[in-house]
Amino acid sequence: MDFRVEVFSKVPDGRAITLLKKIHAMGFPNVKNLELTDVYTVSTGLKEADLQKCGELLSNPVTQGFSVGKPFVPESGFDFVVEIGFLPGVTDNVGHTARETISDFFGEKASGTDVFSTQAIFLSGEVSKEDTMAIGDGLANSLIQRIHIKSRQEFESDKGMDVVTPRVKLNEVPSAERVSLDLDDAALTEIGKKGIANKDGERSGPLALDLESMHVIKSHFESLNRPPTDIELESLAQTWSEHCKHTIFAAELDEIKNGLFKGRIKKATETIRANMGKDDICASVFVDNSGAIFFDESFLVSDKVETHNSPSALDPFGGAITGIVGVNRDAMGFGMAAKPVVNRYGFCFADPKDAKLLYRAKGKQNSILSPARVMLGVIEGVNVGGNCSGIPTPQGFMYFDERYKGKPLVFVGTMGLIPRIVNGKNGVEKKAMPGDAIIMAGNRVGLDGIHGATFSSEALSEGSPATAVQIGDPITQKKMSDAIIKEARDRNLYTSITDNGAGGISCSVAEMAKECNGCEVDLEKVPLKYPGMQPWQTWISESQERMTLAVPQEKVDKFIGLMESRGVEATVIGKFTDSGKCVVRFNGKTIMDIDLEFLHEGLPKKVLKTEKLEQKHAVPKFEQSQDFNAELEQMLSRLNICSKEFISVQYDHEVQGSSVLKPLQGKGRVNAETSVVRPVLDSEKGVSISQALYPKYGDISIYDMAACAIDSAVKNLVAVGTPLGKIAILDNFCWCSSDEPGRLWQLKQAAQACLDYAVKYETPFVSGKDSMFNDFKGFDENSKPLKVSVPPTLLISSFGVLGDASKAVSMDAKFAGDPVYVLGVTRNELGASEYFASKGFVGNSVPKVNADKALKLYKALVGAIDSQLLASVQPVGLGGLGVAIAKKCIAGSLGANIDLGKVTAEAIERNDFLLFSESQSRFVVTVAPENREEFEKALEGNEFALVGEITQGNLQITGLNGEKIVDAKVADLEEAYKKTLRDY
Amino acid sequence: MVKALVLTGYGINCDEETAFAFKKAGAEASIVHVNDLIKKPGQLKDFQIFAFPGGFCYGDDTGSGNALANKMRNMLWQDLMEFIDQEKLVIGICNGFQVIANLGLLPAIDGKYGERTVALAPNNSARYECRWVSLKGFSKKCVFTKGIEDIRMPVAHGEGKFTTSKDVLEKLVENDQLVFKYAKGKGLAGGEFPFNPNGSVLDIAGICNETGRILGMMPHPERHIFFTQQDDWTKQKETLKRKGEKLPEEGAGMKIFRNAVSHFK
Repeated sequence: MDFRVEVFSKVPDGRAITLLKKIHAMGFPNVKNLELTDVYTVSTGLKEADLQKCGELLSNPVTQGFSVGKPFVPESGFDFVVEIGFLPGVTDNVGHTARETISDFFGEKASGTDVFSTQAIFLSGEVSKEDTMAIGDGLANSLIQRIHIKSRQEFESDKGMDVVTPRVKLNEVPSAERVSLDLDDAALTEIGKKGIANKDGERSGPLALDLESMHVIKSHFESLNRPPTDIELESLAQTWSEHCKHTIFAAELDEIKNGLFKGRIKKATETIRANMGKDDICASVFVDNSGAIFFDESFLVSDKVETHNSPSALDPFGGAITGIVGVNRDAMGFGMAAKPVVNRYGFCFADPKDAKLLYRAKGKQNSILSPARVMLGVIEGVNVGGNCSGIPTPQGFMYFDERYKGKPLVFVGTMGLIPRIVNGKNGVEKKAMPGDAIIMAGNRVGLDGIHGATFSSEALSEGSPATAVQIGDPITQKKMSDAIIKEARDRNLYTSITDNGAGGISCSVAEMAKECNGCEVDLEKVPLKYPGMQPWQTWISESQERMTLAVPQEKVDKFIGLMESRGVEATVIGKFTDSGKCVVRFNGKTIMDIDLEFLHEGLPKKVLKTEKLEQKHAVPKFEQSQDFNAELEQMLSRLNICSKEFISVQYDHEVQGSSVLKPLQGKGRVNAETSVVRPVLDSEKGVSISQALYPKYGDISIYDMAACAIDSAVKNLVAVGTPLGKIAILDNFCWCSSDEPGRLWQLKQAAQACLDYAVKYETPFVSGKDSMFNDFKGFDENSKPLKVSVPPTLLISSFGVLGDASKAVSMDAKFAGDPVYVLGVTRNELGASEYFASKGFVGNSVPKVNADKALKLYKALVGAIDSQLLASVQPVGLGGLGVAIAKKCIAGSLGANIDLGKVTAEAIERNDFLLFSESQSRFVVTVAPENREEFEKALEGNEFALVGEITQGNLQITGLNGEKIVDAKVADLEEAYKKTLRDY
Repeated sequence: MVKALVLTGYGINCDEETAFAFKKAGAEASIVHVNDLIKKPGQLKDFQIFAFPGGFCYGDDTGSGNALANKMRNMLWQDLMEFIDQEKLVIGICNGFQVIANLGLLPAIDGKYGERTVALAPNNSARYECRWVSLKGFSKKCVFTKGIEDIRMPVAHGEGKFTTSKDVLEKLVENDQLVFKYAKGKGLAGGEFPFNPNGSVLDIAGICNETGRILGMMPHPERHIFFTQQDDWTKQKETLKRKGEKLPEEGAGMKIFRNAVSHFK
């Protein structure tokens, strides 16, 4: 019997109030009142008499009431109801928990019970059915959710909302098919592009194999005298994908025969490690799911930053949550399994106020999501993923540019902590042995994420096929993570581990098989979410929250028993071998039999050519404003500079008790560029975390864009006292149109800067990830075709080890009377600056980094911080000195008197240029008056200047001709800094 | 040695730092999975303190703390009652508070354990709030908070709005069961955001049972066991340094754990 349990609120419901505000903001002010019910549709063999109990179990008697089998009607009345639930096959976490609660209580009696959760929203006011539908569309994501709407009249005549049990129904009989490749080039190209055709001619989805790859595959199977099976082709497509093999970074590029990865990025790390000799900090680089450096005698700290751009464009919440929970598994799957200790994030969006939509099809059809919706969904996804997993998120950024409108960039990272020695062996080394069982642990496998999703809107009916988008389930992963990292690892129950990400088990098993040279999988043993999946689908599905482990046969029972006792499903799906082959069987029949060598190395290497891309911009011509108070305020309000407090406070940055320097600093709560954590509670050592990117600089010079990103990522860690030589970095290239020679030329420039500057600063790259095609092709509202490409974006993430975390310095001004210094040189480098952007110019003089000078300054500053001579340090970034000084004042709720004439500058004659130039390698610092002399001595030989002092009053700035140009109340500056995004 | 059981499993995630705080206070702390406890409930007899740490058990599905409370009520009720009858201590922090409120271990007016009379509802902001708050200590009877008048520590929750009926509220005041209230400066928050971060009635941040031996609180004392965990420690450090004073190592939240441990000494 199927029945609805409807849980309603008896007290004012904060969720309803907030939702009402959101609906008003969506443009429906006529909605006057709103009530919410949480609905559980229970499909069960339980008797009517037991149903009341289900209501009790699923509600709170203090704040809620419930109604079973008869519809709840709000006392205040309503005009329309919108009910939102999941489409068939989409993970329904609430439904799962409700089912477990009911089963726990009733035991055997409730076996076979299924629960499906939905939320019903009762709207009252002058709203039409069309309005209600638009509200439903605005709140739900039609890729993963179904919407059901009824008017009051329909609701009454139907006696409530319908009882819907969205189950997946697949009717095909699973089997593997042979695919003939005895075809002409056009047909082979078609398969590579659109996938394998079934009997009805319907294609399975993109394989992303080019003709050259198809030829290699064709001749390989010709030499075997048999055609490939569908699962073999799919498996090759996964393993050879740009996503897995990074074909562009591996390709021969002009004179760089070994490609950009080996010839630039990895070369930087190798050079640094050789130069550093016994002081080498690298423990594991580029060979595993994360990279790691030494933390102390006992631990390593790992880091990895991923991108989840395409999924987030289509389903911002789902894309972001699976992104963050997915990169957590890069820690869990690092070495013998590292405990996730820090999450980091970075989002690139278009202006959330931009309401003009773009469309995937002509005639205003199939619109992309608005920038505001993408922004809020992504933020919420990382919120739920990180908070539910109990991993602190102390650091991140949000960057805006209109070119992220077609495709946002969503960076998510996780740092891990792992003992240097695990069960007497090096903790980063793992080796599956022939004979070891292959075990898949965690979630079950469904149709989610196959081919990175086909994303068509499905009819909202029962029995529609499972969608390609997936919802993350952080609690399933948390249970697995705890059971593996806190128990199985230290009981020595496995020999190797990796995560299931792109390509699912097809990639994880084949990757681990390299450790012992072979594997055999019995695919029917893989636990499925629902029956009827084709073998190739099971093999490449990207269903979330799964790890693959190699477990010695004698430990299999112990391992599975442990997992069971922790509520984690773990299943033997095959064994590792030394046959040199990857063999897959389905119900005893061999359906895949490929040489590992061919699978991993058979991919033809690309040869790419570049072409110089010239960029020249108009010389900016404008007079400087006479009102510098207003100018400073407009700069502080800019999207790329303003407060992101609303994100910082919704991400738990205190969990695990590791927090030292927080995302918001000072009484005035200013977002800091750098955070510090103490991941081992009984060690005084700290880890500093930061990042930098300058996409706009790439409009002038990609080389300098990359140089500035590295400089800033390092500078930010130096600002809290991280010694050089203890800093590692990660690269994330998010490029566009990477098949164009001009874009490839830019890529080459950026990679060259990575090599040059990383080697100078001795900051090895330890891990990275690229995403090469961040372009959107579609139409505007007039059906005019357009292409929106992201600006080539290089994110450099940095982390380093502090000897004593209690010496770390925050950025807020501390006391009136403290002298203020500017360290470093300010040049006429306003090209692509926030200031020029605010005037509508790009310019041509982008900041350049003098690494030798910077390095000298950084070492001196770290020494001075170590001697505890600094009261506050703020690295200078976007918005230049003016913004850095203002932020320092806002954070400390203090004023300052600053004389611009004293700032060390080169060739600057305008106050506005001096205030807002974004020259690199600079800091604004304050010291206690009694430390002045010692501080100046420590900095001797560097370019720096005493420019004023902290006061109790306004921020006052004197210009180059001795005139007062700024006299602003700090409260006004704070308002300017905080107002832009405050209401989100 | 005083022994503390720190519960884990199903998404509890503050178990390690809570155990660390008890150890720092001189207890022997064991992290025990709820399923191991269900399997061998007898082991509860070895412990004097039962801690329900913060976290996201069952992802807050069907209401924060509800699903784990249902599980424990089904599987461990008698054992929990024995533990309480033996005059031992129970603390629920954040999600742990939500669990023991749903279990009816709090406020258990007139000794009616199991009755759910208070709830932690979604925050007024309908959003997760992670921020430092000031608290005022009120209860004379609560074992955990002896000697605590003013204290700061972080909150981090999406459902922390203390909600109950007027009758229960009156009883709580009458019985000295209100332990912590959110404060602003020298006074109370008066419902003002963000000082009262969730909209709790009467600014209530924590309550105890009638005996004072069971404490539930939304803020996290285990996140203020070091000086350097505070949101303003760098400013405090600069102040102390200029006065020539030494930096303390410990944070004020330790007092709650020390009170619990010394109760048995």
